[in-house]
Amino acid sequence: MNYPLHLAILVLLWGYIYTSWSLMGRLGLVSFGHGAFMGIGAYTVVMLWNHFGLTPWLGALAALVFTAVVAVIIGYPCFRFRIVGHYFALVTLALSEVTRLVIVALRDQTGGSLGATPNGALHGDTVALGALQFAAKEVWLVIVFACWLGGLWVWRLVDRSMGRLALQAISEEEEAAASIGIHVTRAKLRITIISALMTCVGGILYAQYQLYVNPDTVSGIAISLQMVFGVIAGGMFVMLGPTVGAAFTLLLAEGLRLAFGNRYPALDTTIYGVMLVLFIIYMPKGILGAALDAFKRRPA
Amino acid sequence: MNEVFDIFLLEAVLNGLLLGGLLALLSLGLNLIFGVIDVVWICYAELIMCGMYTVYYLHVQYHWPLVLAMLAAIAVVALLGLILHQFVIRPVLSAEPINQLLVTGGVLFFLQAAATLAFGIEFKNLGVTLPSVRFGEMSFSGARLIAFGIALGGMVGLYLLLTKTYLGTAIRAISQDRAIMPLMGVNPARIFALTSALGGALAGLAACLLVLQYDIHPAIGLSFGPITFLICVLGGLGNMLGGFVAAFIFAQFIAVGGFFFALEWGYVIAFAFFIAVMFWRPRGIFGK
Repeated sequence: MNYPLHLAILVLLWGYIYTSWSLMGRLGLVSFGHGAFMGIGAYTVVMLWNHFGLTPWLGALAALVFTAVVAVIIGYPCFRFRIVGHYFALVTLALSEVTRLVIVALRDQTGGSLGATPNGALHGDTVALGALQFAAKEVWLVIVFACWLGGLWVWRLVDRSMGRLALQAISEEEEAAASIGIHVTRAKLRITIISALMTCVGGILYAQYQLYVNPDTVSGIAISLQMVFGVIAGGMFVMLGPTVGAAFTLLLAEGLRLAFGNRYPALDTTIYGVMLVLFIIYMPKGILGAALDAFKRRPA
Repeated sequence: MNEVFDIFLLEAVLNGLLLGGLLALLSLGLNLIFGVIDVVWICYAELIMCGMYTVYYLHVQYHWPLVLAMLAAIAVVALLGLILHQFVIRPVLSAEPINQLLVTGGVLFFLQAAATLAFGIEFKNLGVTLPSVRFGEMSFSGARLIAFGIALGGMVGLYLLLTKTYLGTAIRAISQDRAIMPLMGVNPARIFALTSALGGALAGLAACLLVLQYDIHPAIGLSFGPITFLICVLGGLGNMLGGFVAAFIFAQFIAVGGFFFALEWGYVIAFAFFIAVMFWRPRGIFGK
C-alpha cells in the first residue's frame, strides 16, 4: 500500500511543479532556471531548521521572500532589456548552475554534493507539525493533493485574467504588444514571480517529504531540463498536461525499473530521450494535447 | 612570502590562459552551428563525450595507436553531427526556434543515458600521462600545453577554411542572409549538412584534447556543457571572435577565482559575471 501511495504523492508533487513551470513556459518564457527556485526552497528551509532550529513554517516564508528577490533580480533586467528566446533560456540556465554550485561550495554548511538531512523531529511520533515532518504517507498525500489543486486553481485564474491575454500577445509579437499599451516588463515579471514562488513551495515540500536534499536532485541544469521535458511530454497548453507529463515520466521510469530491476540503470532516460525527440518533432502539443485534438476531431 | 604568492597567482593566470584556449575551441563549433543554422545544440558537450569514449575504446580496448584513434574519433563525431542535423534538426527547422533548442535537449538525455547503459558509470582514464613542463617555480601540465597549441591550430584552420575556400565563402554568406543564398545557386540543405559535420568535427577535436586531461564518464558533458553555452552567449551567439575573447575572460575568472577561493567559487563568480554582463549587453559583448 505504501508504494502506490508514494507514487501518487510523487506524481502530484511533480505535477504541481511542472504546472508551475508551464505558467511561464506556455507563454513563451522558456526558463531553464526553475531548478534554482526549487533548490532555494528546499535548502533555505532545511538549513534554517538545521542550523538555527527555525520552524519550516517560518523557514518557508524566508524561502519565498528569497525566491521572489532572486526572481526579480534575474527577471527584471531580462525583461527590461528584451532578453528572449535562446538568450533567456541560457541566462536562466546560468542561474540554475549558480544555485547548484553555491550549494556545493558552501559544503561546510550544506553538506556539499553529499546532500543533507533535516534534523529528525518525530522521535517516535507520527506527526511533528512544527517541524513539518509527518511519518504517515496519507498526510503527505493530502498535502500535495491540496497543493496540486491550488496550482491548477492558479492556472485557471491566470488563464482567465487580462494578464494572460497580454502575455499571449507579447509572446506572439513583443513590439506590437508594447505598442498597444501593454506593459511588457510588468506583465512578464508578474507571471515569473508567481511561477517561481510556486516552484519554491514545491521544493520545500519535496525536501520535507523525502527528508533529504541534494544539490543535484533539487537544483542545477539536470532538474531544470527534467521539468521542461516533463511538461513537453504531457503538453503545456492544457491545464492537466503537466500532470499527465509527470505521471507519464514517473510511471515509465518505475515500470522499467520493475520490469528489469536495476540491471539497466539508465534505460528509462534513454527511452525518455528518444521519446522527447519524437514528441517535439511529431507531437509538439504533448500527450494530452494530442489526445484532446484527436477527440475533438472525431465527432465532426 | 609575498613573492611566492605572486608566483602562484601568475601560475593560476597562465593556467587560465591554457584553459581559455580549450574553452575557445569548445565554443567555436557551437558558434559555427548557431551562426549558420540558427540552432543551439544543447547536446554539444554530449557529442564531445561520445568522441572521448571513441578515443578511449579504440586506444585502450582495441590498441589502436593514439593518433589514429583520435582521427577516428573526429570522423565519428563529425558523422554524429551530420546524423543529428539530418534526423533531428531538419524536421523542426521551420518550427518555433525554442523547439530546436528543446529537441537537442532530448538528444542530450538520450546520449547521456545511452552512454551510462553502454559504458557504465565508472570513470575511465586513458592512462596516458604526459610529462609536465617546469618553468622556473611554476609547472604546467603537458597535456594542457598540447591542448592549447592544437586548439589554436584548429581555430586557425577553421579561419582559413572559412575565408579561403568556396565552401567557407558559401557558409559565411548563408550565415549573413539565408533567404538570398538559394537564389545565388547555393544549396542551403547541403551547406547546413556540411556545417553540421564540420561542427561535429570540431567537437571531436575538442574530445581528443579533453581526453588527455580528464577522466571520461557519462555525465561529463554536464560539467563543461553549461560553460560552453555561456561563453557563446557572452561573446554573442554565432560570433566566433566574440566567443574566442569570452572564453579567455571566462577561463581567467575560473582559474583566478578558484585560486583565491575554492574551485566552485571560481565558477560561481564566472557565472555571476555572465549574468551581470547580460544585463549590460543583452546580445553579448560583441553582439549587434
